[in-house]
Order: sequence, then C-alpha cells, then structure tokens
Amino acid sequence: MPNSSNSITDLGVAAIRDGVAAGQFSAVEVAEAFNANVAAAQSALNAFIVATPEKAIEAAKAVDAARSAGQALGPMAGVPIGMKDLFATEGVQTTAASHMLEGFVPRYESTVSRKLWEAGAGMLGKLNLDQFAMGSSNESSYFGNVISPWQRPGSNAQLTPGGSSGGSSAAIAARLAPAATGTDTGGSIRQPAAYTGTVGIKPTYGRCSRWGVVAYASSLDQAGSMARDVTDCAIMLEAMAGFDPKDSTSLDLAVPAWTGSLSGDLRGKRVGIPREYRVDGMPAEVDAIWEQGIAWAKDAGAEVVEVSLPHTRYALAAYYIIAPAEASSNLARYDGVRYGLRDLPDGAGLQNMYAATRAAGFGDEVKRRILIGTYVLSAGFYDAYYTQAQKVRTLISQDFAKAFEQVDVLLTPTAPSAAFALGENVDDPLSMYLNDVFTVPASLAGLPAMSVPAGLDAQGLPLGLQIIGRPLDEQGVLNAGLAIEARAGFTAKPEKWW
Amino acid sequence: MSTYRIQGATGDWEVVIGLEVHAQVTSNSKLFSGSATAFGAEPNSQVSLIDAAMPGMLPVLNGECIRQAVRTGMAIDAQINKWSRFDRKNYFYADLPQGYQISQLYHPIVGEGSLTIEADEKAGIPEAKVIGVERIHVEQDAGKLMHDQHPTMSYVDLNRSGVALMEIVSRPDMNSPAEAGAYLSKLRTILRYVGSCDGNMDQGSMRADVNVSVRRPGDELGTRTETKNVNSVRFVMQAIEHEANRQVDVIEGGGKIVQETRLFDPNTGSTRSMRSKEDAHDYRYFPDPDLLPLVLEDAFLEDCRASLPELPDAKRARYEGELGLSAYNAAVLTADVDTFRWFEALLAETALAQGKKPAEVAKQAANWLISELFGALNKLGKSLDESPVSHEQAAELLGLVGKGTISGSIAKQVLETMLETGEGATAIVEREGLKQESDTGAIEAKVDEILAANGDKVEQYRGGKVALFGFFVGQTMKAMQGKANPGVINEILKSKLG
Amino acid sequence: MSVDTATVAKIASLARLKVSEAELEAMVPELNGILAWVEQLGEVDVTGVEPMTAVIPNTLRLREDVINADPLTGGDRRDAVLANAPAAQHGFFGVPKVIE
Repeated sequence: MPNSSNSITDLGVAAIRDGVAAGQFSAVEVAEAFNANVAAAQSALNAFIVATPEKAIEAAKAVDAARSAGQALGPMAGVPIGMKDLFATEGVQTTAASHMLEGFVPRYESTVSRKLWEAGAGMLGKLNLDQFAMGSSNESSYFGNVISPWQRPGSNAQLTPGGSSGGSSAAIAARLAPAATGTDTGGSIRQPAAYTGTVGIKPTYGRCSRWGVVAYASSLDQAGSMARDVTDCAIMLEAMAGFDPKDSTSLDLAVPAWTGSLSGDLRGKRVGIPREYRVDGMPAEVDAIWEQGIAWAKDAGAEVVEVSLPHTRYALAAYYIIAPAEASSNLARYDGVRYGLRDLPDGAGLQNMYAATRAAGFGDEVKRRILIGTYVLSAGFYDAYYTQAQKVRTLISQDFAKAFEQVDVLLTPTAPSAAFALGENVDDPLSMYLNDVFTVPASLAGLPAMSVPAGLDAQGLPLGLQIIGRPLDEQGVLNAGLAIEARAGFTAKPEKWW
Repeated sequence: MSTYRIQGATGDWEVVIGLEVHAQVTSNSKLFSGSATAFGAEPNSQVSLIDAAMPGMLPVLNGECIRQAVRTGMAIDAQINKWSRFDRKNYFYADLPQGYQISQLYHPIVGEGSLTIEADEKAGIPEAKVIGVERIHVEQDAGKLMHDQHPTMSYVDLNRSGVALMEIVSRPDMNSPAEAGAYLSKLRTILRYVGSCDGNMDQGSMRADVNVSVRRPGDELGTRTETKNVNSVRFVMQAIEHEANRQVDVIEGGGKIVQETRLFDPNTGSTRSMRSKEDAHDYRYFPDPDLLPLVLEDAFLEDCRASLPELPDAKRARYEGELGLSAYNAAVLTADVDTFRWFEALLAETALAQGKKPAEVAKQAANWLISELFGALNKLGKSLDESPVSHEQAAELLGLVGKGTISGSIAKQVLETMLETGEGATAIVEREGLKQESDTGAIEAKVDEILAANGDKVEQYRGGKVALFGFFVGQTMKAMQGKANPGVINEILKSKLG
Repeated sequence: MSVDTATVAKIASLARLKVSEAELEAMVPELNGILAWVEQLGEVDVTGVEPMTAVIPNTLRLREDVINADPLTGGDRRDAVLANAPAAQHGFFGVPKVIE
C-alpha cells in the first residue's frame, strides 16, 4: 500500500481517487506530493506557466472534508491535475502561452475546467503549450520551451515533448501530475502523448464544450484527456464531456458510461489498417510497432483487414488551409482594445495600435498562420483555397465513413517518428507540419482518436499507436486502446535527470 | 417610369436608387447573447462576455430574432429560405469587438420580395409602384464610438454590439427622392405593423444606406456611391437629391464617379467622402465555424405566418371597402400602427355607444378623428398616444352627435372643453346647456321668422339663386344660438322654400 | 500562386500585423513554400462535392429570448467586462481618438 510521497506520485487517476475514497491517504497528502514535484521540476522542464499549489490544496481540503462528512465524492475527487493554459480559469492567469494575454485574468471559468473542479479535481497549475495551440513541439510559447523529461540515453540534448499540449504530456510523463487536460486540433493531444509514452484521447467533435477554451480553429478544436493509462483517460473524459448550451457546436447527447463499459475483448470487432498511412520514408521502427499493434489486436480477438482512405495525402494541405483561415479570424479579437497587451506607439491612431499590438503580442508561428489564413480567405483566392479545402475535407470524411462500413476502428502509428530534439525543425515550418500527417485526417473528420504507448525506439524513446473510431464511438476507441495497452506492457518511464 | 430628372448643363439625367435598410430587431436579448437590447442604458451595462469577445466565447442564436426576420419576409411576400447560414465579415474597428461581424452573405434567411408605394401626384409619383426587395438577412449590430468625451481618446460603448439587425436590401427600382422616401416610409410602416422593428430612426433603430447613380435616359447604369447611416426619411431624400446633382456636376465637368462610401451631413444637407481605408473592402467572408446551418421547420414557419397582423395594404382596402371610408382617410388612418390602433379602438367604442355596426359609424369616427382630434392634438403638441381624450370619451362625444343631441359645430366646442378640463362630453353639454333644439315645432317657428324677415331673398332663391339656401340655414342657426339640429333646419327650409 | 513582398505587405496590413522590411523579406520564401505545398489540393477532383458545413451532422439550436438567462452569457456585468481593459474610462473602453 503506497504511503510515501514518491509512490503517491506514481499513482494514476483511478488509484488516487479510489485511495482517497478508501482512506488510504488524504487528498491533501496527494496534492502536497504533486505540488512538490511540480516545484522541483519547473526550472528544468518548464512544463507550467504558472503553478497554483494553493488551489490544489484548497480542492483537496474540500474533498477530505466531504469524505469526513460522509458525503458522496465525485469521479475525480482528490485527483490534482494540470490544466492546459488554453482553458479560461476564473481568477487565474490564462495566456494561451502568448505575450498577447500575459496578465489576462478571466472573470469566467471554461465549461470543461468547471466540470473537472465540480467532479472533485484540483488544479496544480496552468500548463505550458505552443502559443495559441499552434505547433507540434512546444517551441513557440512566449514563456519558453517545454523540455521533455525523456532524453536519449547518453545524451542530454533537450527533446520536444510534442505539441501543442507539450506541458501536459511532459507533466504526466515526469509525474508532476497524474493527468492533464489537452486540446487537439490537428493532433495536439495524440502526438505529445506518443512522444512521451503517455495516453491521450481526442473525443468526437462536439463531445466537449469549447466554451471558455481560447479558440484556434473552431471546426477542429476539441478538449480531451491525457494520463498514464487508458482507464484514467476514460474517467477524466467522462467528467469533461457533455452538452453545453453555450456552445452551438456542442452535441446534445448523454455522455456514455465509458469507464464502466471498458473492455479489452475485441472478439467480433474488425480493425482496419489504412494502406495510405504507410508513407514513403517511414522509419522501420514505426512500421515495426505498427505490425506489433496488428498482432496485439488479433490476439485480443479482432479481425484485422486492410482498408483504403484514398484522400489521406491531401489531409495535411487541407488542414493547413482551413485551420489558419479560421485562426486568422478567431485571433482578430486580440487588438489591445478590451483586454490583453496594448502597444500604443507615440501618436499612433487606432489602426496603427492594432498593427503594433499584434506584432508585439503574437509569436512568429502565430503570425505565419494568421498571414496564411488571411491570404487564403482573401478576394480572388477564397474558392481556389478555402472552398477547395472544405470539399477535400468532405471527401476525407466520406473515406472514413466508407471504411467504417467494413471495420469498427482503425489502427495507425500516431507519429512518423519519436520525439526530435528542440531546434531541429524550427527553421522549416513545413517539416514541422509533417509531424501531424497521421493525426490530422481524424481531426478533419471530427472522429474520436487516441494514442497509446506501444514501445520504445532504438534510441529508447516512446512510440505510440493511434486508434481512430466512428463518430460517437469513444467506447470502441477506448476498448481497442485498452486491448493494446494490456499487451504492450509499456512501463518505461523517463529517467529523472531534473 | 418616374418623370424625375436632374437637369444638367448638357441635358437630362435619370437617377437610380437602391436602399439598404438596417432595422434593429425587436427582441428582449441580443442575436447571439443574452444581454438586453433596450435603448439608453448605462455604457457597457448591456454587454456580456460574448459581446465583449473575450477569449473562448461562442455565439448561440436567439430564436425570436429569426422569427421576426421570417415574419418580416412574409409581410413583403418574400421567399423564405428554409436553409440559411451565417458568415463572418472580417474587418478591424473599435466598435467591432470580435474583429468580424456575424452576418449572412451567401445564404440569407429571406429571398426576393416586394412592397408597393402608393401613387402621390404631388410628390411626383403618378401611379402606385412595386419596389422589389432582393433579400433580407440577419446580422449583428456594432457598438458605438464617442469622439467628443476626451481630448485624445475615443470612448467605446458596446451596449449596441451584438443587437440583431435585419438588413433589408431593395432592388435599384427607385428613380426619385420621393419614391425613395415613400419606400422607406412604407417599409417602416410595415415593420411597425409586424412588430419586428420599432422604426425609431432618431434612436438609430432604423437607418438607411443610400446607393445613388445617375445616367442618361436609355444608358447603362452609372457607377454608384453609397451614403451610409442616414437616419430619417427627409435626410434620405435630401441626400439623394444632393448626391445625384453632385454626380451630374462631376460627370458634366469631365470627371468620373468613384465607387465610394459617403456620409450625409444633416447640417449642410450634403454628402462627403469618408476617409478612405485602402483595403476596406476585402472582408474575407467565410462560413462561421462556431455556428451550424440554420434549418427552419414547417411548423415554425406556419406559426410565423399565423402570427402576422392585418397588413397596411389589406387594412386600407378593408377600410375603403367594408367601412366605406374615402381613399384619403383610409390612407391617413393606416399610415401608422399607433393611428390605426387608436382608430379601431375608437370605432369599437363608437359603435357600442350608438348601438350600431362599425361600418355604420366608421365615416363619422374617421372624419372626426382626422379633422377634429388630430388638429386639436397638434395645437397642444401632443401625439395620439398622449391624447387627453380617451377612445371612450371620444365615442361618448360622437354618440351625442350621432343621436342628434348636439350638432357637429357644437361638438367642436365641447371637444375644446374636454381637452381643457378632462370632463366627459355629456357632463359638459349638461352644464353648459348645449343641447341642440330638435323640436320641429320650435325650429319651424324660427324658420318662419327668418323667411318672413327676408322676403326679398326668398324671391331671389325661388328665382334660381340656390346658393341663398345656406344663408337661410345660417340665419336660422344664428337665431337659435347655434343649438338647432341642422338636419331638421334643412328639411323644414326645403319644404317651405319649395 | 506565389507571393511577393508587396503582396505579403498587403496581407499583413489586412491582418493588422506590423512587419518590418527584414521580416517581410524573410516571410516571402516561407509563405511561398507553404502555399506551393498546399497547391496540391488543386489536383483533387471535387466534382459534385459540397464543402463541409458541419463536422458532425447537426443543425443550429435556437435559444429562448430571455434577458440574462445565464449569468455567464448575459449582460449587466460591466466590472467583469472592463476588468482587463488596458484603458477603461468612466465605464467606456478608451482607444486612440478616431476621426470618421
């Protein structure tokens, strides 16, 4: 029975929740243990933009008091989590990792974070991310890079934890938090999970409310859960999901009891392997882990078949038109008038204030995407780019729908490689974009998708497998993930160097 | 075709006019947020987090605004589009917190319709004319900027930001200031009848953008200019006149009309060019990804139709047909919501007071309201709403005349007293002894006196000078201190004079 | 479609992003690289295909016309609205004076 600080921080969501409920340890003990880890790791990993140890303690005290009073405890009671700094948290700075929102303190709470606090969770702090969720390596944050707790053996080169939810993935892998929220627009939960040997799930578009989440690309953004195993992700996602009348794209459907129906038995299920995901130049190890995954699926009782998603190769291009287009409009509100940074050069008028403020407030990648987005929407180009991309998106969606007539879930690698070193891709935005090649299609189609750690590459770095499911079939995705997790037996953790 | 022409130095010019009217929708809350819409509130007190475009905010559509737009469309016999969509119009200004306006460019909720303006010889409209409406769409209003409160700053009030507007776009079917004025008045009347907009142009709940171009009769359409935000019918007419003349001067002087936006200055009655913004016109419209397509159900449409009141043209026809009113009176009484409501209430009370059917007392009520009450209220500087005389009191007065208790001329006197003292008609007539003599015997005696005293005139009358009849009537009435029933006088005189 | 510095300058102006000459120079090849890459979408035969309008099939919900039904989406909260304003003035947002 774990009772020392070290072992408490090795526990996941379910174990902590159940341990607190059973009285094995108090919620305050748990919060203190994680708070200590957070503080100790901050300068080395930079996973948090702001730590809120007092909030974690406050929530923990409330849970302990409720338990003493014999009151019912919520599904996340006593579990301290990290909150990606894209979710508005009332009274706590919310920056989207941008200078533009440095010092912005919302007077409102996002729906998803509110649901987690109501479920009994506590906040360890606001997690670092790629600025405005735009990036795949967490190298674009105004508050500095997040350093992955993973390192190549014999090397102290700093590696990326992935992005945009890099702070989330790093924190979980380094045991600074048992779980964290992420958001996923083109892979920003799944790819960081794969790079850090953790689990992350993006639900069906519309499952989680976007109200209070700083918007990047409205038709793609989805909140999701990240943790160290599939069950933990299911518990947390159940607490996060649900209809929100304040979000017009929110699905008015009951949240299924995913956790209670978890099963790794895939008998009677068909798993599809999309042939177009076997890309040129894919590292042999990635291919090998994929084959491994296929074997595990069969072992779990599934029938494995090849399927075709013919328009896969156009997904990235479609994404890099649609997402920047929506972002260019969503970020127009950051103008120095009502909140956030204001840069007012001497004698400047209103429009110049806008130009100066936005130049000073946004990082390079954000500016790049705003420019692309503005361009593809501009007169004369709208049909050629934006309309074309939305039509290709329809085709991609139809590809999946056809595939799901034959199979229940799809199995692919999550990323085309393991984590790379910081600085390796920053000079070439295009090569950075290619990291999303396997995750983007499911985002365009709004499908639930998850990454589970499958093994290590030759350099000892984690590789993940992605499961994609039908719309609204998070259960199918979680179950397949559970089956793979059980067989992968992934227990590797980063060696503590910080 | 209108005969209105601008007389230029080189010949006559035709004017082509189109109006885009922005009408604030009558609803309790805003189009996409729950803030109140009432005019005149403290600055920024009717502003939600959504209206202020805080990070992570999302729009949710107000069903009442859609209902009002559909009802308006139905009132102008327009096509209602069961499928419509919202688009973002992107530009930067301090009264536009999101950096975009949510509007409907590609698929508006209402398609083509029309309204008819009445013939008005005096105004140069020889016959009734149908003016086409191209579309109505729903969009957000902007906030307000004040430039005179501080030496170096402008102040932004977002109370109006997000209020629902209907943009009603006419076809360029108008050819004179009078036609444009008539269209705007008629449109305003219809909106007030339907109850979808209060039409208070001085409060800004209805404003017009005026598109004007000129051409030689028979030529292609000229380049048009747009004069924005004109807020009265009179100003619209002035703006057109000024702008058309200005354009003729420019062209005849060898210049070209620049397609531009202009502002009307009510002080000078002229238009001037707005400061040009280089890329003012690339709005980069695209479908709003925070909203889904709007689909209207048949049941909803049926409800909208059933809720429509009797519209102006139908009401005018009924007043002329069923109630036997003159075309002029019918037009005056149906010109505004407040007027017809007062009239119909008066009519009901009058019929009740005299135990007759409405059609039997309609002429009396209409004539009295228009000839007597309107004039009296004008002198007091009061509107119909502020009439010190109520429908019931007016009906009482009319009842006395109808029953022959007092004459029409005495009734004028009584009305004055009613307005001064607030007393009822019957009480005044009693107190001042104003009952008219209807006793045939008494009147006959007086008639005999008058005829006897004016033998020479009687001879002249019988000789053919029929105009003298009025003299006898007048003399008899004078002799009876105005309190004789004129109808009886007439009968008696006729029988005596032969 | 490729862009030159003039075009990028125009786009930056539309997007209200002040860019220096040096930044403009650097952006041109970057943007052209990305634009050239997304060009490949033009290869796809989209005959008869409608652009995506709703990611998961759904239509718009209409809400009731009630003032301030939910405090989070209603008005009457000026303090919250002005709380983070760079230049709040007597209940207004202050901006550099605009001449219309």
